[in-house]
Amino acid sequence: MTTASKQQPVGAGSEWSFELLEHFEKVIGELAEGYQLDTFPNQIEIISSEQMMDAYASVGMPINYHHWSFGKHFINTDKLYRRGHMGLAYELVINSNPCIAYLQEENTLTMQALVIAHACFGHNSFFKSNYLFRTWTDPASIVDYLVFARDYISKCEERYGIGEVESVLDACHALMNYGVDRYKRPYPPSLKEEQARQHEREEMLQQQVNDLWRTIPRAAQLPEDKLAKRYPAEPQENLLYFIEKDAPLLEPWQREIVRIVRKMAQYLYPQRQTQVMNEGWACFWHYQLLHDMHDNGQVTDGFMLEFLQSHTNVVFQPAYDSPAFSGINPYSLGFAMMRDIRRICETPTEEDRHWFPDIVGSPWLETLHFAMANFKDESFIQQFLSPRLIRELKLFTVLDDTEQDHLEVSAIHNDTGYQHIRDTLAGMYNLSNREPDIQVVDANISGNRSLVLHHNMYQNRPIEPQSTADVLRYIQRLWGFDVHLESRKGKETCEVFQALASPADDTRADTPTASKLLI
Amino acid sequence: MAFLIDRRQNSKNKSAVNRQRFLRRHREEIRRSLADRLKDRSITDTDKGESIKIPAKNTQEPSFRHGHGGRHERVFPGNREFGAGDHLPRPEQGGGGGQDKAGNQGEGLDDFAFEISQQEFLELLFEDLELPNLTRKQLSESNDYKTVRAGFTNTGSPANISIVRSMQAALSRRIAMSATKRSELRGLLEEQKIRQRDQTTTPELLAELEVKINALRQRINRVPFLDDFDLRYRQVIHQPVPRSKAVMFCIMDVSGSMDQTTKDLAKRFFILLYLFLSRHYKKTDVVFIRHHTTASEVDEQDFFYARESGGTVVSSALRLTQEIIDQRYPVNEWNIYVAQASDGDNWPEDGRICQQLLTELLPLLQYFAYVEISRTDKPLWQTYVDFETRHPEFFAMQHITGTRDIYPILRKLFRKQTA
Repeated sequence: MTTASKQQPVGAGSEWSFELLEHFEKVIGELAEGYQLDTFPNQIEIISSEQMMDAYASVGMPINYHHWSFGKHFINTDKLYRRGHMGLAYELVINSNPCIAYLQEENTLTMQALVIAHACFGHNSFFKSNYLFRTWTDPASIVDYLVFARDYISKCEERYGIGEVESVLDACHALMNYGVDRYKRPYPPSLKEEQARQHEREEMLQQQVNDLWRTIPRAAQLPEDKLAKRYPAEPQENLLYFIEKDAPLLEPWQREIVRIVRKMAQYLYPQRQTQVMNEGWACFWHYQLLHDMHDNGQVTDGFMLEFLQSHTNVVFQPAYDSPAFSGINPYSLGFAMMRDIRRICETPTEEDRHWFPDIVGSPWLETLHFAMANFKDESFIQQFLSPRLIRELKLFTVLDDTEQDHLEVSAIHNDTGYQHIRDTLAGMYNLSNREPDIQVVDANISGNRSLVLHHNMYQNRPIEPQSTADVLRYIQRLWGFDVHLESRKGKETCEVFQALASPADDTRADTPTASKLLI
Repeated sequence: MAFLIDRRQNSKNKSAVNRQRFLRRHREEIRRSLADRLKDRSITDTDKGESIKIPAKNTQEPSFRHGHGGRHERVFPGNREFGAGDHLPRPEQGGGGGQDKAGNQGEGLDDFAFEISQQEFLELLFEDLELPNLTRKQLSESNDYKTVRAGFTNTGSPANISIVRSMQAALSRRIAMSATKRSELRGLLEEQKIRQRDQTTTPELLAELEVKINALRQRINRVPFLDDFDLRYRQVIHQPVPRSKAVMFCIMDVSGSMDQTTKDLAKRFFILLYLFLSRHYKKTDVVFIRHHTTASEVDEQDFFYARESGGTVVSSALRLTQEIIDQRYPVNEWNIYVAQASDGDNWPEDGRICQQLLTELLPLLQYFAYVEISRTDKPLWQTYVDFETRHPEFFAMQHITGTRDIYPILRKLFRKQTA
């Protein structure tokens, strides 16, 4: 696989230098090429710990507009870091072209090498190849867009005041998770298509021209009218998009701000859906690449020991009852699954032949690339979580239903449980299960312009009332007229929240006046 | 083909703006928290920041999320003892791991706590405030000088003679003035030696030489050891200095009618005043004067916490203030501020004396601030009320009824004077 012959190890000490980093980047890059890792060019930036905290605070964007919530985030990070409650990440990588990776200056040489392999080749190739990123992000233009967004918003602040801009941003941030398209919108038709359609319509009219003289009375016009009244015609799940396009009172600059937040949400959307895969992929490759370097004699044994220690810390999964447990570690799960796919390809067992007939015996590199490129967390787990791995991690599912007064262990790692565990774990990574399903169903365009949203309950999970009232207030602010939210179980409405636009309600600005009516 | 960039030299405070936005947004809560923290600070303790706690619910960013209840199924790792179908008791609601973590930090989950720097602390305290008559005394009108060494000079008073420098000058003068004579003398001495060895030399010639030598020696000796123009004096010049010193007199009634809560109110008022003065002057002294029927100067601890009882005679404190000013704080050097806190009680006959004393005192002062910790106009208020109308630029008085009033009142007392 690698053409490099036995070489002198480099970097005996723990101090890094720019020459050494360059060297490592080159050597790791050559190895990565051997594994067909397709990457954007790398831009490695060395930053200090304070700068790392800055980068944290602006949600990992290299440039961002100003908002108090980022300040709050920064204050929190700063506080935790100073008290030693939290270590800072060794790196931060940005999905852009060239791919920007921030390396902390405090890292030892080993850590820098790990981070280069992990971020600059692992994450980088994931960004370039995974279908979600290819569909939803444009890495070449993101930095330019961020610069535009920051400048635009600061211009708005100069012109309309910080408070005005802040209130729009607050409202948009509350709806950020409801500002993404999950399916590509159709492109607007080109001139040629438009002309073709026009032509088609004309022919159609010509054919029907006789109908104008039809004397048969028209049947049941009323229900048709009623149907036509409903706007939007289909329920809309992208609330920010709907507001940007349809909110009656927004100024153009406010619409642009809504659009900016929506674009950011869309840009971050793939990352939220591929955490396990992204980290698993990156861990798999830093593990593989650094081991190759060791095999080639390019690094010392001491280097490997330090590397393995860090690696083990990163992919450690505490058990459910350990004090260190805080949910399933995406690094651990992802890494284990990626390694497992390779194992299934190379040394399958009888069980694997039964569960994964299509990948058993296939070339592992090709299969792994296929898995990385064409799935998101949910479908990846659904497809590739093997019974063997379930046994290794000793996974089990717990059912918590408020209608029962106890919890139930619904499946454990045995023959009857594998499929159920797989489904449940996949479901935990399904964003549409995790967040309440909220859609715009009706905007009363011709009447009082009130907006009706529906919350469709999933698994009887109610919506959190206080926070909902606050968000509704924000929606009301953007929409400008009354907003109602119906929480529905099937066809039946269980709860109604509303935020009214009447001036009397606006006197108490600090506590949203959304009220909750029980039906 | 990677680019390696060293960004460490770039600015660190990218988040400073966002931090300021956060502080701006929560200014009201921060101010409230600040008021709580002031209690634990000494008056002169102004060089550190402060930790601030504000209710976490106000900093939350709302979003649509699931509430409690419904059907949840989750996957956990590390099963050791469970079999499918086992029933477990439901853990207590909200008994997460987060609580005990926060507990040992001494702050609940309900608070969002963070530190503000000393600079931010002062900024928050003194927004929009400006001291009245803050114009520092101009150099020209300043009578205050400090003496500075400025090398040496040839003239001066005998007290400033620099002995070392004078002797150096004398020595060099003597060397210079006798140089030719001494070389002449050396020549003669040489000659005398040669002649003495020479048998042909006549005694007359030797005697003549001897005379010449003696004469020369006398002339050399006649060069004065110390001359007038050898004298060097240390030069001292006077540099005018602007007055950048302030003294703040804290006057408080500690008679029986003042309880500890009232004193705490007064303390906060003094703290704020001190903070403000020390920000504008290089050096700020504080003099604590407490009084009941007699006044005494005390330290801060006694001022606020020692117990006293008895009646009230305000004029005693004013008189003591005047005495201390005369003794220790010459008006041409010090900017003098007086802050008085009282519950407004006074000996009925004392009012007239107070008025008279204050009339004498006021011209010496930059500002006199009186706060009365009561709701209604008490005797002292009526004593002072005249001054407020006559000298609104030097004199201010206010009622304080509760903790919340102090800060607004200080702002009012020292609000920015519009030109």
